[in-house]
Parts: sequence; C-alpha cells; structure tokens
Amino acid sequence: MLELSHVTKSYGAHRVLNDLSFTVRPGRLTGFVGGNGAGKTTTMRIILGVLAKDDGSVTINGAALTSADRRRFGYMPEERGLYPKMKVGEHITYLARLHGFDKGEAEARSIALLEQLGLGERLNDTVERLSLGNQQRAQIAAALVHEPDVLILDEPFSGLDPLAVDVVADVLHRRAAAGVSVLFSSHQLDVVERLCDDIVIIAGGEIRAAGSSEHLRQQHSGHRYELRTAGDLGWLREEPGITVVEFDGGNALFDAADDAAAQRVLQRAASESSIERFTPVRPTLAQIFKEVIQ
Amino acid sequence: MTTAAPTSTPRGFQNVWLVAEREVGSKLRSRAFVISTVITLLIALAAVIWGGFSAGNPSATQVAVTSSTAAAVQKVPGVEVTQVADRDAAEALVRSGEVSAAVVDDASSPTGVVVIAEDSPPTSLLMGLSESPSVVLLDPATVDFALRYFVSIGFGIVFLLAASLFGGTIAQSVVEEKQTRVVELLLSAMPARTLLAGKIIGNTILAMAQILLLATIAVVGLIVTGQSEVLQGLGAPIAWFAIFFLFGFVLLAALFAAAGSLVSRMEDIGSTTAPLTMLIMAPYFLVIFAGDNPVVLTVMSYVPFSAPVGMPLRLYLGEAQWWEPILSLVILIATCIAAIVLAAKIYERSILRMGARVSWREALKTP
Repeated sequence: MLELSHVTKSYGAHRVLNDLSFTVRPGRLTGFVGGNGAGKTTTMRIILGVLAKDDGSVTINGAALTSADRRRFGYMPEERGLYPKMKVGEHITYLARLHGFDKGEAEARSIALLEQLGLGERLNDTVERLSLGNQQRAQIAAALVHEPDVLILDEPFSGLDPLAVDVVADVLHRRAAAGVSVLFSSHQLDVVERLCDDIVIIAGGEIRAAGSSEHLRQQHSGHRYELRTAGDLGWLREEPGITVVEFDGGNALFDAADDAAAQRVLQRAASESSIERFTPVRPTLAQIFKEVIQ
Repeated sequence: MTTAAPTSTPRGFQNVWLVAEREVGSKLRSRAFVISTVITLLIALAAVIWGGFSAGNPSATQVAVTSSTAAAVQKVPGVEVTQVADRDAAEALVRSGEVSAAVVDDASSPTGVVVIAEDSPPTSLLMGLSESPSVVLLDPATVDFALRYFVSIGFGIVFLLAASLFGGTIAQSVVEEKQTRVVELLLSAMPARTLLAGKIIGNTILAMAQILLLATIAVVGLIVTGQSEVLQGLGAPIAWFAIFFLFGFVLLAALFAAAGSLVSRMEDIGSTTAPLTMLIMAPYFLVIFAGDNPVVLTVMSYVPFSAPVGMPLRLYLGEAQWWEPILSLVILIATCIAAIVLAAKIYERSILRMGARVSWREALKTP
C-alpha cells in the first residue's frame, strides 16, 4: 500500500501542498480529482521522486520509498513526451531496459504491450509520425512496459477518443485486478466515477475527501429520495420534515429531515396507491466534488 | 504481474551506459550528423592529398648556381637555375627570397659544393643531387615556420570544430529532452546525474571517434602521399593532444549540458551557450594571432580551456619540459572534475524548470 502522510511542499512563500495524507491501495483504481492548480501534478511528482517534498513522508508497505521501489513504479507525466525521432518499438524497449529488463525481455514485452494497445502495426514508425491519440497510447505503454507494482498516471484519458478510453480503461482494470496500485488524475469526472474504486479529492493543496467511492456517496448522500407512484403526491408538501425538490403528479424528488420522516412518506404513499419506485438518491461524483471543494 | 520482477537489477552504471548508447545510436542515425562528419573527413583527406600533390609536383624550385655548379644542378628535376657570379651574389639572392637555395663551390665540403638556404633547403634539391652536399643555413629556425603555423592551426581548428560541434550537440540533446518533455519520464526511471553522465559519455565517445578518424586520415594520408617527414616529431604531440582533448572535451561537454538545462526551447539555447562558445574559440584565435609568442603559448598550455591546443603545440616546438604536460594535465583533470560537480548541480536544479530561461546565477544559488 502506498501511503502519503503529512506531505507539504512550498515554492518560495507559496504553499502548494498542505499536510497531504491519503493512501493508494493495491488491486484498486484510485481516482485523483481536483481543479487546475489544486496540486495533483505536484503530488504525483513527489510520489515519483522527480520533485522533492519539504516535509512529511511517502511510504510503501510502511517503509520509506527507495529508488529501487520507484523503479517498480510506472509513470505517465502530465507533460507528455517521447523522443520524436525514435521508433515506437525501440523507444518502449529502451524504457523497459532503463527499468532493468535485459534487451530480449524488454523487446518482447514492449511488442506485446504495444499490440495490446493497438499499435502493433506501428512498431517501426517514429513517434512523431503517430497521431496524437496513438502517441498517447505509446505514452501509456511507456508507463506500463516494465510491469510496475504502482502506476501513477497524470490525466491518462485526456486527448483520447471514447474507444481509446475504453481500451485504456480495460488495461488499467486488468492491472488493478493483478494487484497493482493505480492512482490516476482526471478532469473527466464521469470517467473517474465509472472506473474508480477509491477517490481522492484535492483542492487548494489540501485533501478534501478520500475513501471508497461507495463510502463517499453515502457520506454525501444526505436524505434525498426519489418516489414514483401511480397516484397523486400533492400531500407531500404538507408533510412535516419534508422538503420537495421536484414534483410532477405521482413523481417527486424530496429531501427528508431524517429516516423516520422518509419512512412516514413511504407508508402513506403505499396506503394511497401502488408504488413504482422508492430509492435514496446517491449524489454523482460531480455533485460531491462541487460540494467538497467549496 | 506483480511477480514479474526485472531479470537483472539495474545498477546506476548500466543506465549510464544505456543512455550513452542511445546518444551514440541516435546520432549515427541522424542524416545531418553523418553528412557533416563525412564532409569533415573529406576536407581533411583533400587537404592531405593536396599537400602531397603540391609537394610532389612543385613549381620549379628556384636555385642560384655559379658557373662551376650549374652543370650538376641542372640535371636535378624540378629545379630552375639562375646563374650568378659568385657565392656572395648567391647568398644575396637567397636572403632576398628570389631563390630558395643556392649551390656553390666550397673547398671545405667533402663533395666540393655546399647548399645555402635561409632556414631549410628544398628537399627536392637535396634528393636530386647525386651526392649529399653540406648545407649552410643562413637563418636557421628549429622548426620550419610554415610547418609550425600549419601544426598550430591544425590543433586549434580540430579542437574548435570538435568542441563546438559536440558541445552544441550535447546542449541541443539536453534541450530536446526538456522541450519534448520526455525528461520527466526518464527521471522517473533514473537520477538526473545518471542521465547527465550518460549524455556526456555518449557524446565524448562520438567526439573521440571523430578525432581518431581525422588523425588516422591525416597520418595515413601523409604516409601514402610520401610526406612522412612532416610526421617527424609530431607523433608524441598528437598522442598528448588526444589525451588532453579527452579531458578538455569532457570539461566542455559538462558545461554545455548545464547550459542546455537552463532553457526550455531550442531558440533560447544560444543565450546560455554563448559564453562557452567564446571559451572554445579563444585557443584557436590565440594560436593564430599569438602562436609565435612563447609567453602567450606557455600561459595557454596551462589554462584548462586552451591546454589541449597549447601544450601539444609547445611539445611539438620542443619548448616544454618533460614534466610540464603532466602538471598541465593534472590541472585540467581537476578543473574537469570541478566542472562535472558544478554541471550536475545546475542540471539537477534546472532540468524540470520549464518556461523562462533560468539564469546561471539562479541555478547556482542554494535553494
């Protein structure tokens, strides 16, 4: 398990990370969400050791990170970049060798991975001849080729078309299923919501929320319910402890002051007509995000 | 997947070597690099052949003779005789430069004639005479002036070309990694120092290989075209030049890499490498304009940036004591180590700073 505790970082007088603590668990996809300038990239660079932290600690399974540990990390920087004049296959092989694989093994792995990512036909093309989307896939290959134990991906889905998003998401899921810890940042909250097991929300250099996505939703769900019946719900407005959000004949969206109030509504609705649906409404990630960063 | 451990644990050195290998490989595949190298080698080859050609077919050597020596000299090929009255008249012509040498009677010489020349007698004349005559030099110099000039410019220009070509190359390759942002990915796999060391070693290998190729062409060319006498006394200085060049180049390469790390775009590269370019031009201009001044040459041979040119030249001229190149080399190596430490510091601090150019002062300041 990768753990950050009380990490701080300042540029001069400007504090960009303030007492940051969260964990990235093995076998799970962790989404790292925050606005521009919230501190995502700085945090990732500190985890990779590309940038030095001022204070706090980054540990893996309880021990401080060493450079040998970091060699087992895969990284996709926010600033994309590969050598433009290098052939894709050779480039990925070179990176695998830098991470410690011998030549033959590095070659075999890079070819297999590039084929998996749909670049099998382009192995001998130089990076600059690839389309942006394909360069992005090559970049993902660069992060994955050495079979890392920890994956740190800065905006892996930006610039990908929906099909490519699925290809990449599938690859990440498989890695997580194999026990890899995956941390990735994204602006596409719907993608994060769809993919992630855990979510970390950062704003102004501070962690505003962190935990499993199920837990976060429960935490932020309040007591909003959706009710659909065959009858008329006009009486709902008079009910004590109930605030109606939306109303349309037999359908209503309402906030209850507590569980008891919600149960009273359910019982009265059931006694008056048949119930088609009664569900607590879980907030979307976008809603939670807006709520916690305020 | 997590069990797929690397088959070998990479040591820092392995990655240094991988980086160096990539530097060399990518350069050898760059058409511009290969073409410029071939052109340089062709120019060197042309210079050697041209030298051999003009030595082999000289425009007739002007020789002054007296009536008694005319017959012997006229048989020598490539010689045009000017008959004068006596030895004094012949010497006057030699001094004025109208003739390259004079052949006159001399009773004290075993062959009965003597060759008079200003600083060195024309070889074609000496070889053409049936018996080797005694030679009288009116103004003897230890080393042929033209040859001396040629050798000093040779050392100067080879150092200037190689240092500016590969210095520029290493700075560009540092900026390329910054500009294309690949550097962050590389730094997640290895420390900045490893990357820097690999780049310096790779480019040094290329520069040394090019120098050795040039030297081979020069030496083989001179021998094949029958100018091997030029090589006399040049062997040891060339060997010293190679040694001095190696450390001098590493010194410059480290500084050029640091200069490259300060900027984020190729367009800005000139602003930080300009002081270094001046440093590598200095020895060249000094040998051209002050190569005959022993004080300047002595100072040059100890200053690390000009020692690779100055010391081999002094050795060639026979002006340096045996211990001088060793002392100068020690100074050069010490400076080289200091430069590497300094460059590594600058490089580590600036390599991830994108955007505006980082000043030398800013990069050195303790954070």
